[in-house]
Amino acid sequence: MDFQTSKEHSLLLGMYKAFAEAEVKPIAKEVDEKERFPVETVQKMARIGMLGIPFPKEWGGTGGDNLGYVMAVEAMSRVCGTTGVILSAHTSLCAAPIYEYGTPDQKQRYLPSLASGQKLGAFGLTEPNAGTDAAGQQTTAELKGDHYLLNGSKIFITNAGYADLYVIFAMTDRAKGTRGISAFIVEKEMPGFTIGKKEEKMGIRGSSTCELIFENVKVPAANLLGKEGGGFGIAMKTLDGGRIGIAAQALGLAQGAIDETVAYVKERKQFGKSLAQFQNTQFQLADMQAKTDAARLLVYRAACLKDQKLPYSVEAATAKLFASETAMEVTTKAVQLHGGYGYTREYPVERMMRDAKITEIYEGTSEVQKMVISAAMLK
Amino acid sequence: MNIVVCMKQVPDTTEVKIDPVTGTLIREGIPSIINPDDKSGLEAALGLKDEVGAKVTVLSMGPPQADVALREALAMGADEAVLLSDRAFGGADTWATSTTLAAALTKLGFDLIICGRQAIDGDTAQVGPQIAEHLGLPQVSYVSELQLAGDSVVVKRIFEDGYQRIKVRMPCLLTTLKDMNTPRYMSVAGIYDAYKKHIQLWGLADIVVDQANIGLKGSPTRVKKSFTKGTKSAGKVYEVDAKEGARIIVEALREKYVI
Repeated sequence: MDFQTSKEHSLLLGMYKAFAEAEVKPIAKEVDEKERFPVETVQKMARIGMLGIPFPKEWGGTGGDNLGYVMAVEAMSRVCGTTGVILSAHTSLCAAPIYEYGTPDQKQRYLPSLASGQKLGAFGLTEPNAGTDAAGQQTTAELKGDHYLLNGSKIFITNAGYADLYVIFAMTDRAKGTRGISAFIVEKEMPGFTIGKKEEKMGIRGSSTCELIFENVKVPAANLLGKEGGGFGIAMKTLDGGRIGIAAQALGLAQGAIDETVAYVKERKQFGKSLAQFQNTQFQLADMQAKTDAARLLVYRAACLKDQKLPYSVEAATAKLFASETAMEVTTKAVQLHGGYGYTREYPVERMMRDAKITEIYEGTSEVQKMVISAAMLK
Repeated sequence: MNIVVCMKQVPDTTEVKIDPVTGTLIREGIPSIINPDDKSGLEAALGLKDEVGAKVTVLSMGPPQADVALREALAMGADEAVLLSDRAFGGADTWATSTTLAAALTKLGFDLIICGRQAIDGDTAQVGPQIAEHLGLPQVSYVSELQLAGDSVVVKRIFEDGYQRIKVRMPCLLTTLKDMNTPRYMSVAGIYDAYKKHIQLWGLADIVVDQANIGLKGSPTRVKKSFTKGTKSAGKVYEVDAKEGARIIVEALREKYVI
């Protein structure tokens, strides 16, 4: 067991931090307030290869690993939760399943443009009546010769509208239940595919979250991802990987809130001394950092297991459960330590607190993570 | 076109500590960065590489740890890296450093040599111009813009109160200013590859150089004494017109009985 950061990862961390501070942090407040999708940040991330980190060079990736990828999500989220989730949804939920389950032809057609960031990716599983209970899919895909006819709708889809490629799940055989779900690669331009209502959210307000509507969308049979009926397995495995990304987002939010709080308590004076000189402040900070460090080790462990091609599903659930709850707790404490100013938009901690809440909900609620963890314990 | 960029790894701090006995810098425990003027020189070289195609080699002299700066340069897009590292090179002043670098440059071959104007730890601005003298090359210092023009480069040389536009035929040496560009980020793929690439490590045996002119023994500079300047108070900033400024200054000088 080696807890030293490798030389490559040290260089990555330095670059991510410089990039986040110079390119992402300065617009984070505006992106949140105006609910503006930061297109320019996506282009800048693409230019340095951040949209294809854990994929091999032969598919246009950087030849990097999942640890280096989650470090990127963490570093971006440390200054902007919105940017973190854009990166995570694109990489973990769209490029990753195409890499894992795509045919050589599908990989050739889609992976290089995703990994280079020329195209942005998204993932559509959730429906109005199929959230945590993903098996309740209403969207259907009917095989008609050389194509499937896709009908139905999805909700709460991250990157919707800005994404060019969508991994979409639909029922190909309702009688078979979860074994009747299949996955498809759907392009933005396919006729009949439209973007519906945009959600107004509490946090990660710069990320685009919309409804997807499919009306007789002709999806070529060549765009079936994996086997017909294999969609549920692809969705679950993809979400296992996605959870490490969201755990990294939560971790970044927690660390970002600590960064802001450390700076604030040194400056802010009450009763003739800085807040940092009060033992309550010191103890609160120590608790916040200890939990965040623990979350970091869980996130990095899950990523390293994935890199080593070892089972990581339970570890990913553990990382997401702990990191997201830590993010909520730490950001809430950060607001408290900022006092009245923390509740205002003058300081970023209130934004971080709003952003943190979603990490306990999406890509599997905390309750789902507990089901995954305990099921492994009690089997 | 072969471009060699000379780089120095420097401590990333303005609070450089000095060994009171030897009068030299204490480098341990201080994070290191590529010297900012050198980093912009590297960006200028990489810009030429993007534009017309060139091989960019980075050259540095320093302790073995200086390889991090070279890895960073590789991750930004440099093709090759050479580290000059040998106990015999240690303790060098600008004369001994430029002598050693010139010997390595002779071995490497070049069309264009780019050095940062000066290092933030030594601030001499001597090494670049000295290399050019050793190699008998034309040189332009304080470069803030750079364009290729056939077998020459056209550069803008900045002064405090103006600039010169100079066309200089290659091979030549330029010293570049930090503000001439914004260096690119290391790319993710570049970082993963940087540690797979081989950094050539050259010692005394690898270059042809007069040993009397290198290292501490070959350094004519002697540090007599070094000290840390006392800190001043923060001062006050007034945003006023010249007339009001003059009034404030005169008043302050009167208060202190200077006038």
